[in-house]
Amino acid sequence: MHTKSLAQLAQGLQAGEFTSVELTHRYLERIDEFGPDLNCFITTTADLALQQAQAADARIAAGEAGPLTGIPLAHKDIFCTRGVRTSCGSRMLDNFIAPYESNVSEQLARAGMVMLGKTNMDEFAMGSSNETSYYGAVKNPWNLAAVPGGSSGGSAVAVAARLTPIATGTDTGGSIRQPAALCGITGIKPTYGRVSRYGMVAFASSLDQAGPMTQSAEDAALVLGAMAGFDQRDSTCVEQPVPDYMAGLEQDLKGLRIGLPKEYFSDGLDNEMARVIDDAIAVFRDLGAELVEISLPNTTLAVPTYYVVAPAECSSNLSRFDGVRYGYRCEDPQDLEDLYKRSRGEGFGDEVKRRIMIGTYALSAGYYDAYYLKAQQLRHLISDDFKQAFEQVDVIMGPTSPSVAFNIGEKSEDPVSMYLSDIYTIAVNLAGLPGMSVPAGFINELPAGLQIIGNYFDETRLLNVAHQYQQQTDWHRRIPEQFS
Amino acid sequence: MEWEVVIGLEIHAQLATQSKIFSAASTAYGAEPNTQACAVDLGLPGVLPVLNEQAVVMASRFGLAIGAQVAPRSVFARKNYFYPDLPKGYQISQFELPIVGQGSIEIELEDGSSKTIGITRAHLEEDAGKSLHEDFHDMTGVDLNRAGTPLLEIVSEPDMRSPAEAVAYMKKIHSLVRYIEICDGNMQEGSFRCDANVSIRPKGQEEFGTRAELKNINSFRFVEKAIQYEIERQIDVLEGGGEVVQETRLYDSAKNETRSMRSKEEANDYRYFPDPDLLPLEVDAAFLEEVRKTLPELPDEKKHRFMKEYGLSAYDAGVLTASRELAAYYEDAASAGGDQPKLVANWVSGELAALLNKNNLDITESPVSAAMLGGLVKRIADETISGKIAKTVFEAMWNGEGDADAIIESKGLKQITDTGAIEKVIDDIIAANPAQVEQLLAGKDKLMGFFVGQVMKATQGKANPGQVNSLLREKLKQK
Repeated sequence: MHTKSLAQLAQGLQAGEFTSVELTHRYLERIDEFGPDLNCFITTTADLALQQAQAADARIAAGEAGPLTGIPLAHKDIFCTRGVRTSCGSRMLDNFIAPYESNVSEQLARAGMVMLGKTNMDEFAMGSSNETSYYGAVKNPWNLAAVPGGSSGGSAVAVAARLTPIATGTDTGGSIRQPAALCGITGIKPTYGRVSRYGMVAFASSLDQAGPMTQSAEDAALVLGAMAGFDQRDSTCVEQPVPDYMAGLEQDLKGLRIGLPKEYFSDGLDNEMARVIDDAIAVFRDLGAELVEISLPNTTLAVPTYYVVAPAECSSNLSRFDGVRYGYRCEDPQDLEDLYKRSRGEGFGDEVKRRIMIGTYALSAGYYDAYYLKAQQLRHLISDDFKQAFEQVDVIMGPTSPSVAFNIGEKSEDPVSMYLSDIYTIAVNLAGLPGMSVPAGFINELPAGLQIIGNYFDETRLLNVAHQYQQQTDWHRRIPEQFS
Repeated sequence: MEWEVVIGLEIHAQLATQSKIFSAASTAYGAEPNTQACAVDLGLPGVLPVLNEQAVVMASRFGLAIGAQVAPRSVFARKNYFYPDLPKGYQISQFELPIVGQGSIEIELEDGSSKTIGITRAHLEEDAGKSLHEDFHDMTGVDLNRAGTPLLEIVSEPDMRSPAEAVAYMKKIHSLVRYIEICDGNMQEGSFRCDANVSIRPKGQEEFGTRAELKNINSFRFVEKAIQYEIERQIDVLEGGGEVVQETRLYDSAKNETRSMRSKEEANDYRYFPDPDLLPLEVDAAFLEEVRKTLPELPDEKKHRFMKEYGLSAYDAGVLTASRELAAYYEDAASAGGDQPKLVANWVSGELAALLNKNNLDITESPVSAAMLGGLVKRIADETISGKIAKTVFEAMWNGEGDADAIIESKGLKQITDTGAIEKVIDDIIAANPAQVEQLLAGKDKLMGFFVGQVMKATQGKANPGQVNSLLREKLKQK
């Protein structure tokens, strides 16, 4: 049951082969069995899940079910869920129970999906390895000594180990795509503004975007259709109809123009990774796609630009965590300053503090022009690179991450090397484009991902391209043996 | 040395929207603490601001009213600082690109002259909550009802040169925001308050002195007193050989003094940057045209029309157009009063204003209606009563005894215009006062007043003083 696609699960539920309650039990059992070793859940919500499953079964019985009704899911613990702890992977919010529901979780609940729990993540989504979580590191199911990537590492692992059929994630600089690649699953970061950010704890507001983490492009198409759409509670959400992503999946790829940025395939690229990506591209060529070498000349500026913009926004976004109204408060504060300093000093972990410091510095009087303003200018240059590229091509492809999963502890003392693991994903967030990662092979028995970047609001094409690839390959069906 | 003061004001006008600037919570004043603060106002994680369109309409009304450009594109920025009554750790404001650009307004001074005061900009921002230091035994309470209330911060040029000019400017803005119905102007509730930037320089010097920013001024009286105090303080410092430091000073109205809050060095670095949760605000010409259509006649337009149409002085026209209600009252009274706009103006800003003021009443609460006042002026103009009797009639009207005609009739106050009757009285008085007649004829002209007074007294004021005067002179000539 746990290896079925969403369409198969829906069919089973509709046909009465199994109920949502049975399905939910099955996943809850798997979470009980494997969850602790993988550390991919912060909170499980068994009682709530079973209630929701019962309600879903009633809907199915009444003939009122949609394609997602009764199907379990897990939410990254960054989405506020009414009455359920929303920790964001931080001691700061360890005691925070949201009094309202995020738009994403609300829409999926309305579609009848059943919440199994909340997944582990890098603290406040800041990290590329899931080692910065207050709740401890998450293990990669392909190799328990390896990181799963981050920040949506818990969601990626839960899907990869089939502890949930799908999970939600958020992506600020690669936080859906990089862990999807490192765990061998499919993940899509939609166009900025496609999915409402309401109720999603903010990291960097101009970059954050939610998306599904799934077993396949087809599943992603189904779930994204339910997540996307205009929400007047998010002023950056774009009022544009949501296309039927499922309807576009079967389009053939003859004549598809695939851009291969020479900067992504330079000398710096690992040979093994180059081989995996070349093999994937060969599949598209066989499907009739046309390969075009392109250039994104400002590629190397993406990481430094991001590490000014994202910390600047986060330094301000995280100011609300002050120990005054909710969240962690230090013991016995002596005065206001002591309350602030110790609540924040004790409530935040090192990586979060590091980024708050960087961002505060970048916005300070006398440095603003040199850092923040300059970074905004570079952001335009990076967007323009893509704009020009999309005049020649339909999609852009390359590796999602420069390497497969590294070991836990390997990079945690070296922030810059950690930051560079997002080198291919970050530019997409800076430009606000949609990007996707699909499993494309293995290196040393660890999964590697192919990144597909699309033009604004061209998720239909991304999903179509990924789905066609997955019709020719079975990388996405591989499950780590221990969890099969 | 002779010093000149330079003053600029930053006025915070609370916009009269139903809900907050970035949330749907109510802005009503006086609710139980924290009952009008929703998730957005509390700064919970994950919630987002959504701009209230009414606040944009109101800011645009102000921009149009001061002849400023309403920016086609303005940007909300975050002003970052920590304080318990600032839930997000930043205030959403506008910094580099405000919604309202440069404009100006005319103020009227006591000496009858007018002066134009430049307005640098006006921008939208959210108010903070309130810290409550009493009643919490060594702790501080925070009430976030006010958090997120829309404010328009109106920044003037440093164009004012006396506390009186600052007061006149503040009053003018106060009048304007009420005219255009964007602020209730309630200063007790903090809906209208200001900070003053004050510096002094030797008279004739071009460059400005170092300024102090006075905070927390919430009445016209206090703005005058705070600035006056600050001028004297700065003069003392400079004449004592010291230097004025750039700093923020708090005005304490109980002690009537300003004291230092923080110096420039201690000032916060607010780390302004564009708020990524809000898109740039775009206001197009069609929107502005719609807003313009809803604007009433503005105070300065009205003032100039009053000067032209009614022949009033700039000062009188300024006084009468201070509020929409007063101006409407005046216009109604003027039309009821026949062709006597100046006389009506004198009555409105004289007797009526004095009594309203004394009884702490607003023009809309006046017991004497505009029509009644106009009726009275008509009777003065057609010489049915004298100006002096008119005061008696006015008091009776104030006391609810009816309109002017009814009071004149019932009290028999109609002026005697029958020459014969007045002549008879004059004859009697001349006969009764031979000594005074002699002195008058000998050149002691001052005694004319005595004779007129005697005649008026004998007629209980009902004779026309002008007529009495000329008849008296004729009679005396015959002597």
